[in-house]
Amino acid sequence: MVEAATRRQFLLDAARSATSVALLGGGLALHTGQARALPPTALRAPGARDEPEFLAACLRCGMCVRECPYQILDLARLGEHIAVGTPYFVARSGPCEMCPEIPCVKACPSGALDPELTDINRARIGVAVLTDQDTCLNFLGLRCEVCYRACPLSDKAITLEPQQNPRSVHAIFIPTVHADQCTGCGKCEHACVLESAAIRVLPRRLAKGELGGHYPRGWEGEAKTDGPPLGDVVGLLGGMPEATT
Amino acid sequence: MRARIGAEATRAKGWLAAHRWLLARRSTQFGVLALFLAGPHLGYWIVKGNLSYSLTLGVLPLADPYVLMQSLMAGHSPERNAIVGAAVVLVAYFLVGGRAYCAWVCPVNVVTDTAHWLRARVGVPGGAGISRSTRYWILAMTLAVASTTGSIAWELVNPVSMLHRGIIFEIGAGWTVIGAVFLLDLFVAGRAWCGRLCPVGAFYSVVALCSPLRIAAVRRDRCNDCADCYAVCPEPLVIRPALKGGDDGIGPVILSPLCTNCGRCIDVCPTDVFAFASRFSKGAAHDQVHRDSPGSTGARPVAAGVGTAARAERADAAWSQRR
Repeated sequence: MVEAATRRQFLLDAARSATSVALLGGGLALHTGQARALPPTALRAPGARDEPEFLAACLRCGMCVRECPYQILDLARLGEHIAVGTPYFVARSGPCEMCPEIPCVKACPSGALDPELTDINRARIGVAVLTDQDTCLNFLGLRCEVCYRACPLSDKAITLEPQQNPRSVHAIFIPTVHADQCTGCGKCEHACVLESAAIRVLPRRLAKGELGGHYPRGWEGEAKTDGPPLGDVVGLLGGMPEATT
Repeated sequence: MRARIGAEATRAKGWLAAHRWLLARRSTQFGVLALFLAGPHLGYWIVKGNLSYSLTLGVLPLADPYVLMQSLMAGHSPERNAIVGAAVVLVAYFLVGGRAYCAWVCPVNVVTDTAHWLRARVGVPGGAGISRSTRYWILAMTLAVASTTGSIAWELVNPVSMLHRGIIFEIGAGWTVIGAVFLLDLFVAGRAWCGRLCPVGAFYSVVALCSPLRIAAVRRDRCNDCADCYAVCPEPLVIRPALKGGDDGIGPVILSPLCTNCGRCIDVCPTDVFAFASRFSKGAAHDQVHRDSPGSTGARPVAAGVGTAARAERADAAWSQRR
């Protein structure tokens, strides 16, 4: 009888603890989901894995912060809307200086910064986008070109493309980012002379489109098509005029 | 109204002898912090990083095994340094008693000890009935949330790592979390954080299951029932079997993994009943833990915590009434 009462008490106590803690866990899980939404201005160190993977790996030790010779990395504090204790930098305040030895990646004990990254020019921190043509001085016809000159991969990651200025007989030189070369270091954004930068490094997931695999790039040859050839799909719809196939 | 805790010991042994382990512990706590701070503030890089992971003298990696475990649960395979570091820490804390981390290293201990001291001075009555086994549920919850969200979730809110990282880097609004822990311990329930909720302590208590370094009531026949050890102990339930279990054939060694090896009971005992000892010291009853929980080996820490929780609550209540 006493044993039954004890068992009942034990089960009730356990249920009480389990329920309170489960509620707490639900809150934590929700908070974790929100913490994944990294603000677009916060860039991770070179070699950082994609955000969900990064948050599974980063121990929040700050070793990368300590090893950064230019001290551009910072650990997120509570209240900054970045997962607490994880490293980030803001390109406009201080860009990645692209050390060839990549000390931040070497310092990372967990692999949150991928040790496979050994050539800094292959880093893909983000991608620069000329977000505002209305204020970019080159678009206005001046020869500012500071972003182009600040770029460590100048003429590869950013080129100047001459165009006719519609307002005059002169040429304008359009700063053009090549996403396949851009490391996302942020030097262009940092260097932009405007009050608020017209060129910004954005996370690649925000900046890049994704082409459906079935689009053939005819000029690159048929082998470049990732999906099934378009002809097959068209065939299902009843074929196309012979001239186009 | 009885005298302040430890007053009798101070009279009997002198102030220094009655505060020896407390002083040693505070020196260690602040010494560890000083080692971490010497780099960023003085330029002497002995230790780099923080308690989650650090590199000492550029060669010795140390990693928090609990954080690494969350990372594993979240689905990441860590690199070598993190694994080696966690293994070194696990072995070290196994040797000195897992929760020695809580008493000798964790910076939150200073916060909660202060809250506890103030709580006693002000005489805050009663307390929310948070069971001492809650921490094991929270430990399990943090691992479950890590695995379901694929993130090291607990480290988003963990006051322990937040305070240490905050002192060494910058804390930002993290002070609010530490303040919350302080107020919780002061007004809501005595020893609420370290003794009832913190999953880091729960984790290290699992590490301590078979730790060789323990405290023992080696001269328990000298006990004069002043009860200062119970009053000062952060986990009062661990003392009774070792101190009073002689008649039941229980050895003098405190075998409960919840004991933090803080040594305050040694300090405050006017008759020097307690001392650091090996768990294999003469007269130690190795079956004490098994007696608490007849469950399987794997479930023992949780079962032991749950099973003894009710008794602990009663003991707590009894002591606060007596005082």
